[in-house]
Amino acid sequence: MILDRKNKLLIGLVAAAALLVGKLFYIQIIEDRYKTDSIKNAMVPATIYPTRGVIHDRNGNILAGNEVAYDLMVTPREVGEFDTVQLAQALQVEPELIRSKMNEYQLNRRKIGYQSQVMIKQMSPERYLRFKELEHQFPGFFGQARSIRQYPFNAGGNLLGYVSEVDQNFLDKHTGQGYSSGDYAGKTGIEAAREADLKGIKGYQIYLRNVHNKRVSRYKDGAEDVEAVPGRDITTTIDAELQKYGQELMRNKVGSVVAIEPSTGEILALVSSPGIDVDVLADIGKHYNDIAENPYKPLYNRAVQASYPPGSCFKVVNCLIGLQEGVLTPQTAYPCSMGYHFGNRKLGCHAHRSPLNMEESIMMSCNGYYCYVLRSLLDNKKYKGVDEALDKWKEYVSSFGFGRKLGSDFPSELSGFIPDGSYYNKRYGKKHWNSLTVISLSIGQGEILCTPMHLANFCATIANRGWYKTPHIIRESEGVEIDPKYYEKNYTMVDTLHFPKVVRGMWKAVNSGFGSGGTASIAAVEGLDICGKTGTAQNPHGSDHSVFMCFAPMDNPKIAIAAYIENGGFGATYAAPIASLMVEKYLNGEVERTDLDYRMRTAYLLDRVKVRKK
Amino acid sequence: MGRLSGHKGRSLGQRVDWTIIFIYLALVFIGLINIYSSVQAEDPAGILDWQSRCGKQVIWILTAFFLGAVLLFLISPKIYEPVSAPVYLLVLFMLVAVIFLGTETKGSNSWFEFGSVKFQPAEISKISTSLMLAAIMGRQGFRISRFGNLLVTAVIILVPMAILVFGEKETGSALVYCGFIFAMYREGLSGWVIALAGLAILLFIVTLTSSVTVSLLILITTTSFCSLAMEGKTNRWVTTWLPALIFGFVAHAVYNSLTQDLEEGALALTFKPVYFIGAACLGVGAYFLWNAFRKGRAFHWGLAVTFFAGIMLVFSTNFAFNSILQDHQRKRIEVLLHMKEDPMGVGYNVNQSMIAIGSGGLHGKGYLEGTQTVYGFVPEQSTDFIFCTVGEEWGFIGCLIVIGLYVALIWRIIRDSERSRESFTRIYGYCTASCIFMHLFINVGMTIGLVPVIGIPLPLVSYGGSSLWAFTAMIFIFLALYKDERKFF
Repeated sequence: MILDRKNKLLIGLVAAAALLVGKLFYIQIIEDRYKTDSIKNAMVPATIYPTRGVIHDRNGNILAGNEVAYDLMVTPREVGEFDTVQLAQALQVEPELIRSKMNEYQLNRRKIGYQSQVMIKQMSPERYLRFKELEHQFPGFFGQARSIRQYPFNAGGNLLGYVSEVDQNFLDKHTGQGYSSGDYAGKTGIEAAREADLKGIKGYQIYLRNVHNKRVSRYKDGAEDVEAVPGRDITTTIDAELQKYGQELMRNKVGSVVAIEPSTGEILALVSSPGIDVDVLADIGKHYNDIAENPYKPLYNRAVQASYPPGSCFKVVNCLIGLQEGVLTPQTAYPCSMGYHFGNRKLGCHAHRSPLNMEESIMMSCNGYYCYVLRSLLDNKKYKGVDEALDKWKEYVSSFGFGRKLGSDFPSELSGFIPDGSYYNKRYGKKHWNSLTVISLSIGQGEILCTPMHLANFCATIANRGWYKTPHIIRESEGVEIDPKYYEKNYTMVDTLHFPKVVRGMWKAVNSGFGSGGTASIAAVEGLDICGKTGTAQNPHGSDHSVFMCFAPMDNPKIAIAAYIENGGFGATYAAPIASLMVEKYLNGEVERTDLDYRMRTAYLLDRVKVRKK
Repeated sequence: MGRLSGHKGRSLGQRVDWTIIFIYLALVFIGLINIYSSVQAEDPAGILDWQSRCGKQVIWILTAFFLGAVLLFLISPKIYEPVSAPVYLLVLFMLVAVIFLGTETKGSNSWFEFGSVKFQPAEISKISTSLMLAAIMGRQGFRISRFGNLLVTAVIILVPMAILVFGEKETGSALVYCGFIFAMYREGLSGWVIALAGLAILLFIVTLTSSVTVSLLILITTTSFCSLAMEGKTNRWVTTWLPALIFGFVAHAVYNSLTQDLEEGALALTFKPVYFIGAACLGVGAYFLWNAFRKGRAFHWGLAVTFFAGIMLVFSTNFAFNSILQDHQRKRIEVLLHMKEDPMGVGYNVNQSMIAIGSGGLHGKGYLEGTQTVYGFVPEQSTDFIFCTVGEEWGFIGCLIVIGLYVALIWRIIRDSERSRESFTRIYGYCTASCIFMHLFINVGMTIGLVPVIGIPLPLVSYGGSSLWAFTAMIFIFLALYKDERKFF
């Protein structure tokens, strides 16, 4: 035979075939391992579900913990003849349920194959133990331990969000992340936002199954088993007590309260009412339809997803801009006779003494004063026209965080709205509008929209005398990192030296005593030096929203808070008492003003709120 | 030519290679009964139940026979050479189109779906590429040693491969194209190319499983041996290079055993062996370059280039392995090379399939008596892992017969190719043989842990119409070409 290329290739062919045959000879004839493995037959994995990370509040209280529950699993292929009634008794269910489930498996047997199915979800340990005693009578049935959520505090249901079983849609969106059907995952709130930290890693034990489908032993005595890795704990910035108290005060009202620690930007409480109680959260499947059909939309987080006009609270913004632009000094006084008159129109105001200086204008919330301020800002000769002046004004306003997403760790934050020159140019035509056209901006009405979080952040900015840290709800803890931006100070375009002047005004608004003309006397608590500003937001959806923002104590502030009560009327009627009670609770630990506390808890405002009829 | 005079006296039987058809039928039949066995446990049904996989396979087989008959008796084989270029381009177009229009199956976009019929352009692409290669390499005056000609050939093979790998994520199908290198070798490609490919694979594996140092020592060993052996100075290699190399291997082993228990940061660990071997490589490289300059022969230049390319390969292996390969591909290789155990994950399929095959023993457990395969422990059992059923139920003897049939089929195709006068037929035949060989080796190798898990079917045996039709067409086109030819004898 000549060794030409054809023959070399044929030799290669035979050599490769010999390699295959050689290896086959080895595993089929020589090596015994595969035969013994085969007697024990095949490996079956038993999943070990990790415990989900615990969610703590800022003081180490558990907001969302875990408890053990058992799923009853069944491997239809392994089920033999069994007494349905007896099983039903052991499980405390109707025999009909078991029959219908077994019929269903029979119909889908091709699809199921050798997989296990969940027959009954989340049985309590007591219920499971009863079954466990009789388990040997029911081959193919077994219990699977899982940890489910348990909530020691009724606080922050909306913030925490719920955990539920993954569906096909979820699996399709999260391929390659280790989810499989039957797993649980966070769907909303912190549970969803921090799913990657909380979920942990599944483990498994490997069993060997014999020809008759019995689990006979552990594979390699468990040497190849993989332990489940528990999820990482999350620490939130929430104060559970304050959150719980806020929710109680806000019961039967529609609106939102946001409290921030000014020095850190940490959110102490974030109430959106009506909200979701934690016992509903634990069994979301049963309550989901009620929640979805509730006309007040409890799933909707009003603190970051609802836009309202800021109302008179916004006067403080205009005041600061006026000081920075030099069109206003603390001594500037303007007259007001029940409003600001222009032509034959007027922007009304309430009865108070006149004229007022800057501090008094904040204290008494004079509308007329801020019409002068806004006009001197917009008609400033420094700028070429009112549109350019308004653009500059918007720049200032934006530097306080208004009109854009603050960048908190809530994914669904709204940006609100702050108009600029081009907005009105488009609406009225260039040069077809002037400072009087947009005069409502002076008192936080008109086109301005912000979320309660914007307002709380603004209040924290005043408390800090000129800067804020982006509000956030997750704290850094072991293994959990947060974006470094939450540690950065964001300065506004207004110099810090102007802030103490408006702080004085806000202090006077609260602490001047009844009869002085201060709008927020009801919010005063002795010794706490609360500084606040009321707002009454006109809106097209019915009566005015009650708005209030405040911080305390005046020096070295510990808490800044903003409250919106939809259709609650004047700022002093509901928002100011609720915010001030929360400040008292947070700083003093308990509330002494029990009458006010009772009045706020029991107030029922839901029927004032117009809802869209279905 | 004889074409016109004709040989009407010859009967059909003499013109068609019935041996190939016999082997073809045997394999298809073996496939069918094993598919029946593998599906009957999970889904007991008659062999003619059209809903079951087995019933469907009967339909695929009958239609495949029809396809074979049409190719063999109705279509004139003369058309293949002229249509090869347009068909090749059309199939390329389909390969690209399927990325955007196809339905996604198991993470890759490679199937067109028309109602219940699915079809994979990658399967036809093997045939069209083979025809195109036959047409190009069979041209008058084609010399694969000419750079231009080699380049054209490489482009014809690499374009569909690139589309498969990057567009459709069908790395397995693309790997089959590597087999065309055997057809190219037959047509004059230097044997060094295959040797280099082998060396590259060896270095890759050694670097991953052992260390960079060992890999470099192997590189020095092979290149230095080739350098001296080609000049007939094997003795000198044994007396000079070999002792040095043995010293290197021993020193490395001693170093490893000494430093095994040392803590991180120990003084001895700062003397990394890779520094010494690096220095040695610089010396050896300089020697090869000097040799190449001095002798000026292409061989020595090639050796120097090989050496430096080898060094780069070794140092980039870990990077390529960790950064370029997809996650699941990397895991499959790690499991194959025993770098990681993963019995419930990637290792599951291989472990189960090896248990199934290994438990078959010499005679097997008997038809329909398999326990591993019957209880559904082996995944993809009727398609990619059909060989498990063969191994478990028919044992070593059954495996030997099946592999023997494939070897006979490939052997016979090569024999016929060599007998043919037309280079088109010969090259097409070699391409067909290469494809069948690659499928056989990769598929069987994967079920017994010789090759990483790569999802390609066992030709003619695995369940599935697309693959069966494609191999039927491929083989019957060759039979038709060959039949047409034997008229001239």
